[in-house]
Amino acid sequence: MASYTIIGFAIFLGALFVGGGILASMLLAFRTPHCSNKVQAYECAEDPVGDARIRFKVSYYLFALLFLIFDIESLFLFPCVKIFRTVATQATALSPTFLLGELSVFVFILFSGLLYVWKKGVLRWE
Amino acid sequence: MEPIIDTSRFPATNAIGDFIRAILPGPVAELANIVLAVLAILTVVGLTPVALIWMERKVAAHFQARLGPMRVGYHGLLQPLADGIKLIFKEVMKPEGADTFVFFLAPILSATASFMVLTVIPFDHHLQVTDPAGGVLYVIAVAGLGIMGVLLAGWSSNNKYSLLGAMRSGAQMISYEISLALLMLLIVLLSGTASLREIVFSQTGTVLDWWIFKFPFFGIIAFVLFLISSTAELNRAPFDMAEAESELTGGFTTEYSGITFAMFFLAEFVNMFMAASLTTTFFLGGFLAPQFGLASLDRMLDAIPGFLWFFLKSYSVIFIYMWFRWTFPRPRVDQLMNLEWKVLVPANFLLLLIAGLFVVMGWA
Repeated sequence: MASYTIIGFAIFLGALFVGGGILASMLLAFRTPHCSNKVQAYECAEDPVGDARIRFKVSYYLFALLFLIFDIESLFLFPCVKIFRTVATQATALSPTFLLGELSVFVFILFSGLLYVWKKGVLRWE
Repeated sequence: MEPIIDTSRFPATNAIGDFIRAILPGPVAELANIVLAVLAILTVVGLTPVALIWMERKVAAHFQARLGPMRVGYHGLLQPLADGIKLIFKEVMKPEGADTFVFFLAPILSATASFMVLTVIPFDHHLQVTDPAGGVLYVIAVAGLGIMGVLLAGWSSNNKYSLLGAMRSGAQMISYEISLALLMLLIVLLSGTASLREIVFSQTGTVLDWWIFKFPFFGIIAFVLFLISSTAELNRAPFDMAEAESELTGGFTTEYSGITFAMFFLAEFVNMFMAASLTTTFFLGGFLAPQFGLASLDRMLDAIPGFLWFFLKSYSVIFIYMWFRWTFPRPRVDQLMNLEWKVLVPANFLLLLIAGLFVVMGWA
């Protein structure tokens, strides 16, 4: 646990470094008078039409879901992968071939999920 | 259940740490050591973009038979510094309709997330802030945070180009995150440990004991896949559709100016260094000196401090990233997604199983 406390401390110092940089710049930076053209959204000199926050293409959402699924699945792989070498090289209650079989089954299920998504056309980008 | 690693060659503690422990009482010394380590990392974070901006411009220039920056300092060495000072004094602007809090949170989040990984990178035997037992897990978890900054930046800017760029970046980064995570798992499987320091120690021996070679033939494939995935994860050319200047102006950074833009830039370059140092740690033996099995040469190479080897290897990997940029044309978004989901992910699954077989049979 101690190492994560250290990481937390490092993150705090890092955020301080970045935040301090931005703050210093805000104090030091030159300013020009405010005018409506200056704060207009930059869309290549065209006047922006409407709000930018619109309903968006759904494919992105599907990819986000896919990412969630596969990222969590890869975390489930983690414990198995972590003990793999220990099981394979040292005498333990588990047999290495059994573990390899289990790994294959897991990866196969994961892969068939990918095939299903593929077949359903989620990966098609238009 | 100690892994079969010979660490007798390396000292148990480092000299600076011992010195501080000698002059300060126990807990204070430990705290001082941690603060020193964090400051060292912050120095690396501060100097990496400076070095990389210069390198990026010089490499680009020489690939195009130009000279690049020459005026400020010797061969333009002070150019990045001049740029940085200029950016600090530039006005920070916020477009109308932007969400103020999120707009300023995004660069802070991006830059902070970019060096969170550096806290677990072993620069040398003892030049590492901390070494959690689940280091690889931590890397996988933290690498996802940068995406938040990008998405927040795009959403808060109230600019169509920013939003499009952020969405593309986000989709690309989360996709390639999968193959990076699977490749890291591959290394965990091969080395039997999830601590980054022990992963480096598992490569002790000659050059052939680095995971790129120790995992026969497939190690090189895994290395190439890691390079491709990390290039895409970094949104670097040729996978830079998110900031394709000709289509999307500046991608998610379109509305950022001055120091806020500099923070995104810092994040980008630190991320690049981070990806290169992960490649070094996982495949190229980290801080270990290359050994060739020739006693006298090996002793000579071993005398060079580990962190120099580490930086040499990392910067070589970074050079490869820059080389990519000027070699390959930019693919389309759909080609990029196809490459990831239809080629890299299945290939990584296969590699994982092959690695399992190799470990069981004792070939790797």
